[in-house]
Amino acid sequence: MTRGGDGRRGVAVALASTVVFFAVLAVVVVNSPGWDEVKRAFFDWQLFRESLPAIAEGFKTNVKIFMIAEVFILAFALVLAVMRSLKGPVFFPIRALATVYADLFRGIPTILVIYILGFGAPALQIEGVPTSTIFWGIVALVLVYSAYVAEVYRAGIESVHPSQEAAARSLGLSGMQSMRFVVLPQAVRRVIPPLLNDFIGLQKDTALIALLGTVEAFRQSQIDVAATFNYTPYLATALLFVLITIPLARFTDWLVARDRRRQQAGRLA
Amino acid sequence: MSDPGAALEIEGLYKSFGKLEVLRGIDLAVAEHEVVCLIGASGSGKSTLLRCVNLLEPIDAGRIVVAGEEITGRGVDVNRIRRGIGIVFQSFNLFPHMSVLRNVTLGPRKALGLGRPEAEAAADALLERFGLAEKRDEYPDRLSGGQQQRVAIVRALAMRPNLLLLDEVTSALDPELVAEVLDVIRELAAGGMTMVIATHEMGFARDVASRVCFLDEGTILEEGPPAQIFSAPREPRTQQFLQRIVDAGRL
Repeated sequence: MTRGGDGRRGVAVALASTVVFFAVLAVVVVNSPGWDEVKRAFFDWQLFRESLPAIAEGFKTNVKIFMIAEVFILAFALVLAVMRSLKGPVFFPIRALATVYADLFRGIPTILVIYILGFGAPALQIEGVPTSTIFWGIVALVLVYSAYVAEVYRAGIESVHPSQEAAARSLGLSGMQSMRFVVLPQAVRRVIPPLLNDFIGLQKDTALIALLGTVEAFRQSQIDVAATFNYTPYLATALLFVLITIPLARFTDWLVARDRRRQQAGRLA
Repeated sequence: MSDPGAALEIEGLYKSFGKLEVLRGIDLAVAEHEVVCLIGASGSGKSTLLRCVNLLEPIDAGRIVVAGEEITGRGVDVNRIRRGIGIVFQSFNLFPHMSVLRNVTLGPRKALGLGRPEAEAAADALLERFGLAEKRDEYPDRLSGGQQQRVAIVRALAMRPNLLLLDEVTSALDPELVAEVLDVIRELAAGGMTMVIATHEMGFARDVASRVCFLDEGTILEEGPPAQIFSAPREPRTQQFLQRIVDAGRL
């Protein structure tokens, strides 16, 4: 059989098994004893259409939050990772600081950081310190996610072979110049897929800021649910999050596949 | 034994990695325009010696003087010292994310502070001289091993070093690619470049060296002109080593 034939057959098998799987799932769900009740409470098409515009409006806040937070996370985490990668006894305090930071902010549940900063910081009533819940929500997300992303960067930095740094230093470049021009460009390229993965996580966690009272997509859907005693608005919110996550997830897959292709091409050359 | 004309002087150099003593009292002086070849079995300390001279490894005892300046003293600016000493590694260590041209100009631009046009003009001239002109915009993974190693030599030369260290630069190459790299080094030797070369290519060492040092267990056991070392070695260990090379058909 030709390769083309194999490919067509593969697609047909994948299609058939998918159809069968979902047909069985649908039959099981629809025939479950509580289906009528669930259908009424979760799949109210009329309510879906009515609640979607306000939730979409709230979702703009989520998008704004993760766009702003991501920029600061990428920068701050890079600083943390470089701090932790400094060599030599002189830099021990800086390394220790970065290590304690990572331990602390990866250890505390995100929800607690959001509560503590979101309610605590404005309560101090210091002149000039913003009291906006969105502001402190973003700060909390930046603090928590930077701890994770710094570890991703650090894994990338450590994956660059020491001989690369030796080559850079042998040319007379300083340690910082070697990091900037030789190590980091290679490190960051290698960790782009896990970085995007954390970005997806961040998108979802913007919903936690609702806990501070900010009306974003999740909070808006809670309001709608409370008003109607129907959970359909939650589904509408979930749909919005998924819609924005899927393109990013496929983009990540594409990057990984492209890197693999390139490496193979490099080896053949 | 301080000689003002020496390009490199090493006195009583000791270096250990943990409990493993790799260099045990190395004394070596290299005059300007001299080509010194280090030979000896793997693990005899050749590479470590070169890495110590380039300050890539801290030393435990002794001193290293380059062009009259002690480089192993306290408070020495290691970056400034390294700019004057080129090193070429066994595994090339080119920067894979940069084109050939950027590999060659990185040092001059960032460490010497040259402007881009100036650095690129100098790099192009060097690439032209070593037959790599048409590779200037290629990335290292598109080049053969021999081409990569020639680029690595050009990268070191772009810093206009007074001293060039070559660490088994042909050991990672396929046999048919060795000659093109050795030819480059021969040309540099003919041009008067001061070099210290760790090598397993005995035929090459015999041709190019002004002096050959046989390293054994971290010391220079015997040194002399290539004619003497290769045809009439005095030390039994040198004789044994060379006999093994001859038996392997490599001399």
